[in-house]
Amino acid sequence: MTAPAAIVAHDLGAGYGSRPVWSHANFSVPPGSFTAILGPNGSGKSTLVRLILGLLTPSAGTLEVLGERPARGNPRIGYVPQGSHFDPELSVRGRDFVGLGVDGHRWGVRVTGRARVATAVDASIASVSAGEYAERQLGRLSGGEQQRLLLAQALVGQPELLLLDEPLSHLDVRNQQAIVQLISDVARERSLTVLLIAHDVNPLLSHIDHVLYVAHGRLAMGRPDEIITSESLSSIYSSPVEVLRDSRGRVFVVGLEEEVSHPHG
Amino acid sequence: MGDLFRYEFMVHAFEAGTIVAIVAGTIGYFVVLRGSAFAAHALSHIGFAGATGAVVLALNPIFGLLAFTLGAGVAIGALGNRLRSRDVTIGIVLAWTLGLGVLFISLYRGYATEAYALLFGEILGISANDVIVTLVAGVITVIAVVAIYRPLLFSSVDEDLAAAKGVPVTALSIAFMAVLAVAVTEAVQVVGVLLIFALIVTPAAIAVRFTSRPSVAIAVGVALALAFTWVGLTIAFYSPHPVSFFITTLAFATYLAVRVAEPVRARLSRASAGGTA
Repeated sequence: MTAPAAIVAHDLGAGYGSRPVWSHANFSVPPGSFTAILGPNGSGKSTLVRLILGLLTPSAGTLEVLGERPARGNPRIGYVPQGSHFDPELSVRGRDFVGLGVDGHRWGVRVTGRARVATAVDASIASVSAGEYAERQLGRLSGGEQQRLLLAQALVGQPELLLLDEPLSHLDVRNQQAIVQLISDVARERSLTVLLIAHDVNPLLSHIDHVLYVAHGRLAMGRPDEIITSESLSSIYSSPVEVLRDSRGRVFVVGLEEEVSHPHG
Repeated sequence: MGDLFRYEFMVHAFEAGTIVAIVAGTIGYFVVLRGSAFAAHALSHIGFAGATGAVVLALNPIFGLLAFTLGAGVAIGALGNRLRSRDVTIGIVLAWTLGLGVLFISLYRGYATEAYALLFGEILGISANDVIVTLVAGVITVIAVVAIYRPLLFSSVDEDLAAAKGVPVTALSIAFMAVLAVAVTEAVQVVGVLLIFALIVTPAAIAVRFTSRPSVAIAVGVALALAFTWVGLTIAFYSPHPVSFFITTLAFATYLAVRVAEPVRARLSRASAGGTA
Protein backbone atom coordinates (compact mmCIF):
# COMPACT_ATOMS: atom_id res chain seq x y z
CA MET A 1 0.00 0.00 0.00
CA THR A 2 1.34 3.43 -0.86
CA ALA A 3 0.41 6.52 1.10
CA PRO A 4 -1.56 9.17 -0.81
CA ALA A 5 0.58 11.86 -2.46
CA ALA A 6 1.29 15.05 -0.50
CA ILE A 7 0.66 17.25 -3.53
CA VAL A 8 -1.11 16.33 -6.77
CA ALA A 9 -1.41 18.65 -9.77
CA HIS A 10 -3.67 17.85 -12.71
CA ASP A 11 -3.30 19.96 -15.82
CA LEU A 12 -2.56 22.83 -13.44
CA GLY A 13 -2.11 26.35 -14.78
CA ALA A 14 -1.17 29.58 -13.01
CA GLY A 15 -1.20 33.21 -13.99
CA TYR A 16 -1.73 36.75 -12.78
CA GLY A 17 -4.71 38.32 -14.50
CA SER A 18 -4.51 37.55 -18.19
CA ARG A 19 -0.78 36.81 -18.09
CA PRO A 20 -0.11 33.09 -17.84
CA VAL A 21 2.99 32.06 -15.91
CA TRP A 22 2.93 28.34 -16.68
CA SER A 23 0.31 25.78 -17.65
CA HIS A 24 -0.49 22.08 -18.16
CA ALA A 25 1.49 20.98 -15.13
CA ASN A 26 1.03 17.37 -14.06
CA PHE A 27 3.01 16.09 -11.12
CA SER A 28 2.67 14.25 -7.85
CA VAL A 29 4.86 14.75 -4.79
CA PRO A 30 5.14 11.61 -2.64
CA PRO A 31 4.79 12.11 1.14
CA GLY A 32 8.05 12.30 3.05
CA SER A 33 10.03 13.24 -0.05
CA PHE A 34 12.43 16.12 -0.52
CA THR A 35 11.90 18.05 -3.75
CA ALA A 36 13.96 20.93 -5.11
CA ILE A 37 12.07 23.46 -7.23
CA LEU A 38 14.51 24.83 -9.77
CA GLY A 39 14.32 27.20 -12.69
CA PRO A 40 15.36 30.64 -13.89
CA ASN A 41 14.25 33.89 -12.28
CA GLY A 42 10.68 34.83 -13.07
CA SER A 43 9.76 31.35 -14.29
CA GLY A 44 7.04 30.94 -11.67
CA LYS A 45 8.64 28.96 -8.83
CA SER A 46 7.19 31.19 -6.11
CA THR A 47 3.88 31.18 -8.01
CA LEU A 48 3.69 27.43 -7.43
CA VAL A 49 4.32 27.97 -3.72
CA ARG A 50 1.60 30.65 -3.63
CA LEU A 51 -0.84 28.17 -5.19
CA ILE A 52 0.02 25.51 -2.61
CA LEU A 53 -0.45 28.06 0.19
CA GLY A 54 -3.84 29.06 -1.19
CA LEU A 55 -2.72 32.67 -1.73
CA LEU A 56 -3.44 32.32 -5.46
CA THR A 57 -6.12 30.26 -7.17
CA PRO A 58 -5.21 28.09 -10.17
CA SER A 59 -6.11 29.56 -13.54
CA ALA A 60 -6.70 26.02 -14.83
CA GLY A 61 -6.71 22.44 -13.65
CA THR A 62 -6.75 21.12 -10.11
CA LEU A 63 -4.35 21.08 -7.20
CA GLU A 64 -4.62 18.93 -4.10
CA VAL A 65 -2.46 19.62 -1.05
CA LEU A 66 -2.41 16.97 1.71
CA GLY A 67 -5.65 15.60 0.34
CA GLU A 68 -7.46 18.93 0.43
CA ARG A 69 -7.98 21.93 -1.78
CA PRO A 70 -5.40 24.60 -0.96
CA ALA A 71 -6.61 27.05 1.68
CA ARG A 72 -4.90 30.05 3.26
CA GLY A 73 -3.64 29.53 6.77
CA ASN A 74 -3.39 25.73 6.56
CA PRO A 75 -1.76 24.72 9.87
CA ARG A 76 -0.43 21.53 8.25
CA ILE A 77 1.97 23.62 6.15
CA GLY A 78 5.16 25.25 7.48
CA TYR A 79 6.42 28.12 5.35
CA VAL A 80 9.55 30.24 4.97
CA PRO A 81 8.88 33.11 2.54
CA GLN A 82 11.29 34.44 -0.04
CA GLY A 83 13.70 37.18 0.90
CA SER A 84 13.16 36.66 4.60
CA HIS A 85 16.09 38.40 6.14
CA PHE A 86 15.17 40.93 8.73
CA ASP A 87 15.87 44.62 9.01
CA PRO A 88 18.81 45.15 11.40
CA GLU A 89 16.66 47.56 13.40
CA LEU A 90 13.81 45.07 13.77
CA SER A 91 13.38 44.98 17.52
CA VAL A 92 11.85 41.56 18.06
CA ARG A 93 13.57 38.55 19.61
CA GLY A 94 13.98 35.30 17.72
CA ARG A 95 11.77 33.49 20.18
CA ASP A 96 8.97 36.09 19.84
CA PHE A 97 9.06 35.44 16.10
CA VAL A 98 8.90 31.66 16.55
CA GLY A 99 5.99 32.20 18.96
CA LEU A 100 4.11 34.10 16.24
CA GLY A 101 4.33 30.88 14.24
CA VAL A 102 2.16 29.26 16.94
CA ASP A 103 -0.59 31.83 17.43
CA GLY A 104 0.37 35.01 15.52
CA HIS A 105 -2.73 34.64 13.36
CA ARG A 106 -5.08 34.76 16.36
CA TRP A 107 -6.75 38.00 17.46
CA GLY A 108 -6.02 39.74 20.72
CA VAL A 109 -3.11 39.25 23.07
CA ARG A 110 -1.87 35.89 24.35
CA VAL A 111 -3.81 35.40 27.57
CA THR A 112 -4.14 31.65 28.05
CA GLY A 113 -1.80 28.88 26.96
CA ARG A 114 1.40 30.85 27.56
CA ALA A 115 3.11 27.77 28.99
CA ARG A 116 2.00 25.62 26.06
CA VAL A 117 3.32 28.17 23.55
CA ALA A 118 6.61 28.53 25.45
CA THR A 119 7.09 24.74 25.46
CA ALA A 120 6.42 24.47 21.73
CA VAL A 121 8.74 27.44 20.99
CA ASP A 122 11.57 26.01 23.13
CA ALA A 123 11.26 22.59 21.49
CA SER A 124 11.28 24.07 18.00
CA ILE A 125 14.27 26.32 18.73
CA ALA A 126 16.13 23.34 20.17
CA SER A 127 15.34 21.23 17.09
CA VAL A 128 17.26 23.70 14.89
CA SER A 129 19.97 24.31 17.54
CA ALA A 130 19.20 28.03 17.77
CA GLY A 131 18.97 28.22 21.56
CA GLU A 132 22.15 30.23 21.93
CA TYR A 133 20.81 33.32 20.13
CA ALA A 134 17.01 32.96 20.28
CA GLU A 135 16.82 35.65 23.00
CA ARG A 136 18.70 38.17 20.88
CA GLN A 137 17.32 40.79 18.51
CA LEU A 138 16.33 39.05 15.27
CA GLY A 139 17.61 41.78 12.95
CA ARG A 140 21.10 41.66 14.47
CA LEU A 141 21.62 37.93 13.83
CA SER A 142 23.64 36.50 10.94
CA GLY A 143 21.93 35.16 7.81
CA GLY A 144 22.43 31.57 8.90
CA GLU A 145 21.08 32.26 12.40
CA GLN A 146 18.02 34.04 10.98
CA GLN A 147 17.42 31.15 8.61
CA ARG A 148 17.47 28.66 11.50
CA LEU A 149 14.90 30.74 13.38
CA LEU A 150 12.76 31.00 10.25
CA LEU A 151 12.91 27.23 10.07
CA ALA A 152 12.03 26.96 13.78
CA GLN A 153 9.00 29.16 13.07
CA ALA A 154 7.97 26.93 10.15
CA LEU A 155 8.36 23.78 12.26
CA VAL A 156 6.72 25.00 15.47
CA GLY A 157 3.18 24.09 14.39
CA GLN A 158 4.18 20.45 13.72
CA PRO A 159 3.46 20.69 9.98
CA GLU A 160 3.36 17.78 7.52
CA LEU A 161 4.56 19.85 4.58
CA LEU A 162 7.43 22.33 4.54
CA LEU A 163 7.56 25.03 1.84
CA LEU A 164 10.86 26.92 1.73
CA ASP A 165 11.21 29.74 -0.79
CA GLU A 166 14.91 30.30 -1.48
CA PRO A 167 16.15 29.66 2.06
CA LEU A 168 19.74 29.42 0.83
CA SER A 169 20.03 32.53 -1.31
CA HIS A 170 21.54 34.84 1.32
CA LEU A 171 23.97 32.30 2.75
CA ASP A 172 27.59 31.42 2.10
CA VAL A 173 28.46 27.90 0.95
CA ARG A 174 29.21 26.59 4.43
CA ASN A 175 25.91 27.86 5.84
CA GLN A 176 24.04 26.56 2.80
CA GLN A 177 25.34 23.07 3.48
CA ALA A 178 24.55 23.32 7.19
CA ILE A 179 20.97 24.46 6.55
CA VAL A 180 20.31 21.82 3.88
CA GLN A 181 21.66 19.13 6.21
CA LEU A 182 19.45 20.45 9.01
CA ILE A 183 16.33 20.51 6.81
CA SER A 184 17.10 17.03 5.56
CA ASP A 185 17.62 15.63 9.07
CA VAL A 186 14.51 17.25 10.54
CA ALA A 187 12.42 16.13 7.56
CA ARG A 188 13.54 12.51 7.85
CA GLU A 189 13.00 12.49 11.62
CA ARG A 190 9.44 13.79 11.29
CA SER A 191 8.56 12.26 7.89
CA LEU A 192 8.00 15.74 6.47
CA THR A 193 7.41 16.43 2.82
CA VAL A 194 9.75 19.25 1.77
CA LEU A 195 9.55 21.56 -1.24
CA LEU A 196 12.50 23.90 -1.46
CA ILE A 197 13.02 26.60 -4.07
CA ALA A 198 16.67 27.08 -4.98
CA HIS A 199 18.79 28.82 -7.57
CA ASP A 200 21.58 26.32 -7.42
CA VAL A 201 20.93 22.60 -7.18
CA ASN A 202 24.48 21.74 -6.10
CA PRO A 203 24.19 22.11 -2.31
CA LEU A 204 21.00 19.99 -2.53
CA LEU A 205 22.12 17.16 -4.82
CA SER A 206 22.94 14.58 -2.16
CA HIS A 207 19.72 15.24 -0.21
CA ILE A 208 16.87 15.53 -2.70
CA ASP A 209 14.61 12.82 -4.08
CA HIS A 210 13.05 14.87 -6.87
CA VAL A 211 13.54 17.94 -8.95
CA LEU A 212 10.64 20.07 -10.14
CA TYR A 213 11.89 22.19 -13.00
CA VAL A 214 9.97 25.37 -13.84
CA ALA A 215 10.92 27.11 -17.10
CA HIS A 216 9.44 28.33 -20.37
CA GLY A 217 5.88 28.19 -19.03
CA ARG A 218 6.12 24.50 -18.19
CA LEU A 219 6.85 22.25 -15.22
CA ALA A 220 8.75 18.97 -15.30
CA MET A 221 9.33 16.63 -12.40
CA GLY A 222 11.59 13.62 -11.97
CA ARG A 223 14.62 12.22 -10.21
CA PRO A 224 17.59 14.60 -10.32
CA ASP A 225 19.67 12.26 -12.49
CA GLU A 226 16.75 11.87 -14.92
CA ILE A 227 15.82 15.54 -15.22
CA ILE A 228 19.13 17.32 -14.99
CA THR A 229 20.64 16.00 -18.22
CA SER A 230 21.19 17.79 -21.53
CA GLU A 231 18.86 15.38 -23.35
CA SER A 232 15.96 15.50 -20.96
CA LEU A 233 15.94 19.28 -20.35
CA SER A 234 16.39 19.91 -24.11
CA SER A 235 13.45 17.69 -24.94
CA ILE A 236 11.20 19.04 -22.15
CA TYR A 237 11.78 22.61 -23.21
CA SER A 238 12.29 21.87 -26.94
CA SER A 239 15.35 24.07 -27.01
CA PRO A 240 19.04 23.30 -26.70
CA VAL A 241 19.91 23.02 -23.01
CA GLU A 242 23.32 21.88 -21.84
CA VAL A 243 24.09 20.36 -18.47
CA LEU A 244 27.76 20.64 -17.59
CA ARG A 245 29.51 18.77 -14.81
CA ASP A 246 32.81 19.91 -13.35
CA SER A 247 35.53 17.75 -11.83
CA ARG A 248 33.94 18.00 -8.38
CA GLY A 249 30.61 16.69 -9.62
CA ARG A 250 28.84 20.04 -9.56
CA VAL A 251 26.25 20.60 -12.28
CA PHE A 252 25.53 23.74 -14.25
CA VAL A 253 22.48 24.21 -16.47
CA VAL A 254 23.04 26.43 -19.48
CA GLY A 255 20.45 27.51 -22.01
CA LEU A 256 17.29 28.07 -19.97
CA GLU A 257 18.08 31.50 -18.57
CA GLU A 258 18.11 33.65 -21.69
CA GLU A 259 14.64 33.07 -23.08
CA VAL A 260 12.89 33.16 -19.76
CA SER A 261 14.31 36.53 -18.93
CA HIS A 262 11.62 37.93 -21.26
CA PRO A 263 8.48 36.28 -19.91
CA HIS A 264 6.25 39.10 -21.17
CA GLY A 265 7.51 38.90 -24.77
CA MET B 1 3.99 71.00 43.72
CA GLY B 2 0.74 71.83 45.52
CA ASP B 3 0.20 74.83 43.28
CA LEU B 4 0.21 72.65 40.22
CA PHE B 5 -3.23 71.12 40.74
CA ARG B 6 -4.89 74.17 42.28
CA TYR B 7 -5.84 75.32 38.81
CA GLU B 8 -8.51 73.43 36.91
CA PHE B 9 -6.74 73.93 33.59
CA MET B 10 -3.65 72.17 34.96
CA VAL B 11 -5.74 69.25 36.21
CA HIS B 12 -7.33 68.88 32.79
CA ALA B 13 -3.94 69.18 31.10
CA PHE B 14 -2.54 66.38 33.25
CA GLU B 15 -5.61 64.21 32.67
CA ALA B 16 -5.59 64.64 28.88
CA GLY B 17 -1.80 64.45 28.72
CA THR B 18 -1.80 61.16 30.62
CA ILE B 19 -4.41 59.58 28.32
CA VAL B 20 -2.63 60.79 25.20
CA ALA B 21 0.77 59.58 26.45
CA ILE B 22 -0.59 56.09 27.09
CA VAL B 23 -2.19 55.93 23.63
CA ALA B 24 0.82 57.44 21.83
CA GLY B 25 3.30 55.19 23.61
CA THR B 26 1.28 52.09 22.76
CA ILE B 27 0.64 52.79 19.09
CA GLY B 28 4.14 54.26 18.69
CA TYR B 29 5.76 50.83 19.07
CA PHE B 30 3.94 49.59 15.99
CA VAL B 31 4.65 52.81 14.09
CA VAL B 32 8.38 52.22 14.64
CA LEU B 33 8.18 48.46 14.02
CA ARG B 34 6.31 48.96 10.73
CA GLY B 35 8.51 51.81 9.58
CA SER B 36 5.43 54.04 9.39
CA ALA B 37 6.94 57.11 11.07
CA PHE B 38 6.49 59.20 7.95
CA ALA B 39 2.89 58.03 7.58
CA ALA B 40 2.21 59.08 11.20
CA HIS B 41 3.81 62.45 10.59
CA ALA B 42 1.86 62.92 7.36
CA LEU B 43 -1.45 61.98 9.01
CA SER B 44 -1.15 64.85 11.46
CA HIS B 45 -0.37 67.34 8.70
CA ILE B 46 -3.20 66.08 6.52
CA GLY B 47 -5.41 66.42 9.59
CA PHE B 48 -4.39 70.08 9.82
CA ALA B 49 -6.28 70.79 6.58
CA GLY B 50 -9.35 69.07 7.99
CA ALA B 51 -9.12 71.02 11.23
CA THR B 52 -8.75 74.41 9.53
CA GLY B 53 -11.58 73.46 7.14
CA ALA B 54 -13.81 72.73 10.13
CA VAL B 55 -12.91 76.11 11.64
CA VAL B 56 -13.99 77.83 8.40
CA LEU B 57 -17.29 75.95 8.59
CA ALA B 58 -17.63 77.00 12.26
CA LEU B 59 -17.35 73.39 13.44
CA ASN B 60 -15.17 71.98 16.20
CA PRO B 61 -11.73 71.53 14.57
CA ILE B 62 -11.35 68.14 16.23
CA PHE B 63 -14.03 66.70 13.94
CA GLY B 64 -12.33 68.01 10.79
CA LEU B 65 -9.04 66.69 12.11
CA LEU B 66 -10.52 63.26 12.80
CA ALA B 67 -12.30 63.08 9.43
CA PHE B 68 -9.16 63.92 7.44
CA THR B 69 -6.76 61.72 9.44
CA LEU B 70 -9.21 58.80 9.28
CA GLY B 71 -9.72 59.22 5.52
CA ALA B 72 -6.00 59.53 4.88
CA GLY B 73 -5.22 56.68 7.29
CA VAL B 74 -7.56 54.28 5.53
CA ALA B 75 -6.14 55.30 2.14
CA ILE B 76 -2.52 54.87 3.31
CA GLY B 77 -3.41 51.54 4.90
CA ALA B 78 -4.93 50.36 1.63
CA LEU B 79 -1.65 51.18 -0.14
CA GLY B 80 -0.14 48.36 1.90
CA ASN B 81 2.96 48.19 4.00
CA ARG B 82 5.45 46.90 1.47
CA LEU B 83 4.83 49.29 -1.40
CA ARG B 84 8.14 50.99 -2.11
CA SER B 85 6.51 54.09 -3.59
CA ARG B 86 4.21 54.49 -0.58
CA ASP B 87 6.11 57.35 1.06
CA VAL B 88 6.25 59.28 -2.22
CA THR B 89 2.48 58.94 -2.65
CA ILE B 90 1.89 60.02 0.94
CA GLY B 91 4.20 63.01 0.47
CA ILE B 92 2.35 64.16 -2.63
CA VAL B 93 -1.02 64.03 -0.87
CA LEU B 94 0.52 65.67 2.19
CA ALA B 95 1.80 68.66 0.19
CA TRP B 96 -1.60 69.17 -1.42
CA THR B 97 -3.53 69.00 1.86
CA LEU B 98 -1.14 71.49 3.47
CA GLY B 99 -1.95 73.78 0.55
CA LEU B 100 -5.64 73.29 1.38
CA GLY B 101 -4.84 74.15 5.00
CA VAL B 102 -3.25 77.42 3.91
CA LEU B 103 -6.36 78.25 1.89
CA PHE B 104 -8.67 77.51 4.82
CA ILE B 105 -6.58 79.66 7.18
CA SER B 106 -6.77 82.57 4.75
CA LEU B 107 -10.56 82.15 4.54
CA TYR B 108 -10.95 82.39 8.28
CA ARG B 109 -10.48 85.84 9.75
CA GLY B 110 -9.49 85.11 13.30
CA TYR B 111 -7.08 82.45 12.18
CA ALA B 112 -3.94 83.17 14.14
CA THR B 113 -4.78 81.62 17.51
CA GLU B 114 -6.76 78.68 16.10
CA ALA B 115 -4.00 77.80 13.65
CA TYR B 116 -1.34 78.25 16.30
CA ALA B 117 -3.17 75.89 18.65
CA LEU B 118 -3.50 73.26 15.94
CA LEU B 119 0.11 73.50 14.87
CA PHE B 120 1.73 73.56 18.30
CA GLY B 121 -0.87 72.17 20.67
CA GLU B 122 -3.07 73.79 23.28
CA ILE B 123 -3.03 71.47 26.24
CA LEU B 124 -3.54 74.26 28.75
CA GLY B 125 -6.84 75.15 27.08
CA ILE B 126 -8.45 71.72 27.45
CA SER B 127 -11.94 71.66 28.98
CA ALA B 128 -13.50 68.99 31.17
CA ASN B 129 -15.57 67.99 28.19
CA ASP B 130 -12.43 67.61 26.02
CA VAL B 131 -10.97 65.33 28.67
CA ILE B 132 -14.04 63.05 28.48
CA VAL B 133 -13.81 62.95 24.66
CA THR B 134 -10.08 62.18 24.88
CA LEU B 135 -10.73 59.46 27.43
CA VAL B 136 -13.37 57.76 25.26
CA ALA B 137 -11.16 57.96 22.16
CA GLY B 138 -8.18 56.75 24.18
CA VAL B 139 -10.01 53.73 25.57
CA ILE B 140 -11.24 52.84 22.06
CA THR B 141 -7.73 53.04 20.55
CA VAL B 142 -6.12 50.98 23.31
CA ILE B 143 -8.87 48.33 23.07
CA ALA B 144 -8.42 48.28 19.28
CA VAL B 145 -4.65 47.78 19.57
CA VAL B 146 -5.14 44.97 22.10
CA ALA B 147 -7.71 43.33 19.80
CA ILE B 148 -5.38 43.26 16.78
CA TYR B 149 -2.13 42.87 18.75
CA ARG B 150 -0.87 39.45 17.65
CA PRO B 151 -1.73 39.54 13.93
CA LEU B 152 -0.52 43.15 13.78
CA LEU B 153 2.81 42.15 15.32
CA PHE B 154 3.00 39.17 12.97
CA SER B 155 2.32 41.18 9.81
CA SER B 156 4.68 43.94 10.98
CA VAL B 157 7.53 41.43 11.37
CA ASP B 158 6.91 39.41 8.19
CA GLU B 159 3.92 40.35 6.06
CA ASP B 160 4.30 37.49 3.52
CA LEU B 161 4.45 34.91 6.24
CA ALA B 162 1.49 36.41 8.09
CA ALA B 163 -0.56 36.42 4.88
CA ALA B 164 0.25 32.75 4.26
CA LYS B 165 -0.82 31.98 7.84
CA GLY B 166 -4.23 33.47 7.10
CA VAL B 167 -3.76 36.95 8.58
CA PRO B 168 -5.80 39.50 6.57
CA VAL B 169 -2.77 41.77 6.11
CA THR B 170 -4.39 44.52 4.02
CA ALA B 171 -7.44 44.81 6.28
CA LEU B 172 -5.08 44.89 9.24
CA SER B 173 -2.95 47.60 7.64
CA ILE B 174 -6.09 49.71 7.14
CA ALA B 175 -7.29 49.03 10.70
CA PHE B 176 -3.90 50.01 12.10
CA MET B 177 -3.81 53.28 10.17
CA ALA B 178 -7.38 54.06 11.29
CA VAL B 179 -6.39 53.51 14.93
CA LEU B 180 -3.29 55.62 14.35
CA ALA B 181 -5.48 58.37 12.89
CA VAL B 182 -7.55 58.51 16.07
CA ALA B 183 -4.37 58.49 18.19
CA VAL B 184 -2.87 61.30 16.12
CA THR B 185 -6.05 63.35 16.48
CA GLU B 186 -5.82 62.99 20.25
CA ALA B 187 -2.11 63.79 20.38
CA VAL B 188 -2.59 66.98 18.33
CA GLN B 189 -4.37 68.48 21.33
CA VAL B 190 -1.24 68.11 23.42
CA VAL B 191 1.66 68.82 21.07
CA GLY B 192 0.01 70.01 17.86
CA VAL B 193 0.42 68.64 14.35
CA LEU B 194 4.01 69.78 13.90
CA LEU B 195 5.31 68.10 17.03
CA ILE B 196 3.44 64.80 16.89
CA PHE B 197 6.70 62.86 16.49
CA ALA B 198 7.74 63.72 20.03
CA LEU B 199 4.92 61.69 21.58
CA ILE B 200 4.22 58.96 19.02
CA VAL B 201 7.61 58.16 17.51
CA THR B 202 10.36 59.27 19.91
CA PRO B 203 9.33 57.27 23.02
CA ALA B 204 8.95 54.06 20.99
CA ALA B 205 12.20 54.70 19.11
CA ILE B 206 13.99 55.01 22.44
CA ALA B 207 12.22 51.94 23.89
CA VAL B 208 13.28 49.59 21.07
CA ARG B 209 16.91 50.51 21.77
CA PHE B 210 16.56 49.08 25.26
CA THR B 211 14.58 45.94 24.67
CA SER B 212 13.59 43.63 21.85
CA ARG B 213 10.64 42.20 23.77
CA PRO B 214 7.50 43.70 22.22
CA SER B 215 5.45 43.92 25.43
CA VAL B 216 8.36 45.46 27.37
CA ALA B 217 9.05 47.92 24.53
CA ILE B 218 5.43 49.08 24.66
CA ALA B 219 5.59 49.50 28.45
CA VAL B 220 8.86 51.48 28.23
CA GLY B 221 7.41 53.64 25.41
CA VAL B 222 4.31 54.45 27.48
CA ALA B 223 6.45 55.23 30.54
CA LEU B 224 8.65 57.60 28.53
CA ALA B 225 5.68 59.35 26.90
CA LEU B 226 4.14 59.80 30.36
CA ALA B 227 7.40 61.14 31.78
CA PHE B 228 7.88 63.64 28.94
CA THR B 229 4.30 64.87 29.30
CA TRP B 230 4.23 65.14 33.10
CA VAL B 231 7.67 66.69 33.45
CA GLY B 232 7.00 69.00 30.48
CA LEU B 233 3.72 70.21 32.00
CA THR B 234 5.32 70.74 35.40
CA ILE B 235 8.23 72.78 34.05
CA ALA B 236 5.92 74.80 31.82
CA PHE B 237 3.73 75.66 34.80
CA TYR B 238 6.65 77.45 36.46
CA SER B 239 7.96 79.05 33.28
CA PRO B 240 6.68 81.48 30.67
CA HIS B 241 7.49 79.10 27.79
CA PRO B 242 5.07 76.76 25.98
CA VAL B 243 4.45 73.16 27.12
CA SER B 244 5.11 71.76 23.64
CA PHE B 245 8.65 73.09 23.77
CA PHE B 246 9.42 71.26 26.99
CA ILE B 247 7.79 67.97 25.92
CA THR B 248 9.61 67.89 22.58
CA THR B 249 12.92 68.97 24.15
CA LEU B 250 12.70 66.29 26.83
CA ALA B 251 11.95 63.70 24.13
CA PHE B 252 14.81 64.85 21.94
CA ALA B 253 17.32 65.12 24.80
CA THR B 254 16.48 61.61 25.99
CA TYR B 255 16.82 60.20 22.49
CA LEU B 256 20.14 61.99 22.02
CA ALA B 257 21.46 60.74 25.37
CA VAL B 258 20.51 57.16 24.50
CA ARG B 259 22.15 57.36 21.07
CA VAL B 260 25.33 58.87 22.49
CA ALA B 261 25.47 56.40 25.37
CA GLU B 262 24.99 53.39 23.10
CA PRO B 263 28.46 53.16 21.51
CA VAL B 264 30.02 53.96 24.88
CA ARG B 265 28.03 51.16 26.54
CA ALA B 266 28.88 48.77 23.70
CA ARG B 267 32.59 49.58 24.04
CA LEU B 268 32.43 49.07 27.80
CA SER B 269 30.71 45.69 27.51
CA ARG B 270 33.17 44.65 24.81
CA ALA B 271 36.05 45.69 27.03
CA SER B 272 34.70 43.73 30.00
CA ALA B 273 33.97 40.71 27.77
CA GLY B 274 37.52 40.94 26.44
CA GLY B 275 38.83 41.09 29.99
CA THR B 276 37.11 37.89 31.07
CA ALA B 277 37.95 35.96 27.92
